[in-house]
Amino acid sequence: MAQRVPQIMKQGRVVPWFYLAPAILLMSFFIVYPMINTIGLSLKNKDGTASAATTCKEGQSCWGVFENYHYALTAELDTTSAKTTWDSFWTSSYGNNIKWVVLMVSGTLVFGMLMAVLADRLKYQSLAKAVIFMPMAISFVGAGVIWKFVYAYGTTQVQVGLLNAIITKLGGEPVGWLQTIPINTIALIVVGIWIWTGFSMTILAAALRNVPDELLEAARIDGASEWRVFRQITIPLIMPTIIVVMTTMVINVLKLFDLVYVMTGGNYGTDVIANRMYTEMYANFNQGRGTAIAVVLIVLIIPFIYANIKRFLEQEAMR
Amino acid sequence: MNKDRIRRILGRIPIHVVVIGMCVIWLVPTMGLLVTSLRPFQAVNSSGWWTVLSKPTGAAEYEQYCAACHGPDGALLTNADLTDPNVVNKYPRSLQLLAMLRKEINGQPHMGDTPVPEAQAAADIAVYLKRISGIEAPPRFTIDNYIDAFVGYRATGTYREACATGQQSLDLNCNLRDLLNPRGMGRAFINSLIVTIPATILPILIAAFAGYAFSWLDFKGRQVLFAVLVGLQVVPLQMTLIPISRIYAQLGLNGQFLGVWLFHTGFGLPYAIYLMRNFLGSLPRELFEAAYLDGANHWTAFRRLVLPLAMPAIAALAIFQFLWVWNDLLVALVFLGGSNPVLTYQISNMVTSLGSGWQLLTAAAFISMALPVVVFFTFQRYFVRGLLAGSVKG
Repeated sequence: MAQRVPQIMKQGRVVPWFYLAPAILLMSFFIVYPMINTIGLSLKNKDGTASAATTCKEGQSCWGVFENYHYALTAELDTTSAKTTWDSFWTSSYGNNIKWVVLMVSGTLVFGMLMAVLADRLKYQSLAKAVIFMPMAISFVGAGVIWKFVYAYGTTQVQVGLLNAIITKLGGEPVGWLQTIPINTIALIVVGIWIWTGFSMTILAAALRNVPDELLEAARIDGASEWRVFRQITIPLIMPTIIVVMTTMVINVLKLFDLVYVMTGGNYGTDVIANRMYTEMYANFNQGRGTAIAVVLIVLIIPFIYANIKRFLEQEAMR
Repeated sequence: MNKDRIRRILGRIPIHVVVIGMCVIWLVPTMGLLVTSLRPFQAVNSSGWWTVLSKPTGAAEYEQYCAACHGPDGALLTNADLTDPNVVNKYPRSLQLLAMLRKEINGQPHMGDTPVPEAQAAADIAVYLKRISGIEAPPRFTIDNYIDAFVGYRATGTYREACATGQQSLDLNCNLRDLLNPRGMGRAFINSLIVTIPATILPILIAAFAGYAFSWLDFKGRQVLFAVLVGLQVVPLQMTLIPISRIYAQLGLNGQFLGVWLFHTGFGLPYAIYLMRNFLGSLPRELFEAAYLDGANHWTAFRRLVLPLAMPAIAALAIFQFLWVWNDLLVALVFLGGSNPVLTYQISNMVTSLGSGWQLLTAAAFISMALPVVVFFTFQRYFVRGLLAGSVKG
């Protein structure tokens, strides 16, 4: 466990709480209390004045006090048949979040790793890494504008968006990148990868530097190919770091709001959980539904909170 | 050069290709933004930003259809001098120009054997004629978009033109006061600074206190409390927005800077304390023991020892929190909205209301990016250190 406090420094029982009080008060007020309150509000109607059960409509299925969760989980689905349910799921916020998690996590890991490994041996590596890392410094709103311009759908005479200009130059038809399902969600995820690759690159590069050279040299002398050394020695050694990057990425993706809000507003089947929560709350003014979606979001994140604490306790045990 | 060396250099070519290729892909979108923000609005919507260094619109068409008779500069025929604004003013658009081209001159077809150009080509030629006659010759680069964005000018034309001709809208005064126009990026920039500076300093200060307690003070429940804190780091903002908005509505804090400062402080704390505690905990124990033997109490130890020694951690945190608050949209949207618009809010508003006013949008985006990019490149070392020391934030 944590480092021992020297005996001489023990000065009464009250003193520590003076140092902790401001932080604990603020965190309780801004994080802990609202979490509990949110759970309560999610069981109420749109302005928190009565139980959510009162919002049920006669003749339709009702989840009683959990009616807001009924809405949060099923409202986007078209349940006429198994096929429509399946199809509508993949344009719902949940389906989209799954796409985001899978593509974004793998994308940032692959590109981040590629850059971390390849640039490591180059003279201009710090410049190259700075270029990849730069998007981390700018806002999602700024990145949204940058890429909305890349994806712009021009007029019949001129394409000012880079992608459509290339396509029409090659003789193709311009594409509505942000309006066409299912390309639009992919187009948004590309922006996410563009932003976050720098993050995974930096963390992975630091981990790679800690891999002992002797180990790699020994394997090379034994005649292993570079690819095999990488796969069978480097990867297993940095696996803990890869997992940290992955969990961080998953949490980031689940919370992602700005990019979707700015680029499509969640329209054309690109909605994600975090944006839907905002829409329910601040466009439809339905607190009950907004908070229910927020609770769904935290339930999805709880495994990662657990993993974080577990990892922390393991680290502490090793100190 | 020996063979081995050549082979080694050749073998590394694919690596260079991949690395440089990735860098180009990463840079080009931002370059498009920068170039577009510096082009006059006429050019932005009529040609791609990558054509910025090529010939002006219509030059090629003029070359093809007109240059043979009118000369390369348009002034060859004295009775039809295309550099004379009075002549060109008769043909402002493709319609009038095409009508003229189809007419006969001295009993001969105007164009001779050459076919009359298509409508689009004629339109481009009309634009080009305006350029060579000096009626409308927009420069290749301009800073007008930045001026327009700063003062919040959103009509057609530019702010400088509108003010010169007295056609500015009612909310503009055409003096320095316009920099504070609530619709402009100048005001938003100041608001962003007002939000960011206290929201960066406050959590770091409070986290330094708590981090000291967690690393060098003994109290019951230290481990449990810290484990809870680690968990709090990843609680999504969304989970707390609605209850806080309700409380703020009662306290009258919605739309106030104070509300945003406190919210960012509360949410920045778990990560800040985590980083602080890990850093302070790694300081040598003898240092503190010596201080205590010399008769220091906790308060002196904190001020004289901890604060100066924690500077690297404080720097890392400051960069992190600064970038996080400066780039945040959600908190600004919910708690400040239009009453005190910050940069991100203003831009997201422009995206939805302007649609395709790319020249303004790109300039505005660049204004919002300039400071964080400078801060980031100046303090990159600290930023990376903070990234490696902590895990997640948000």
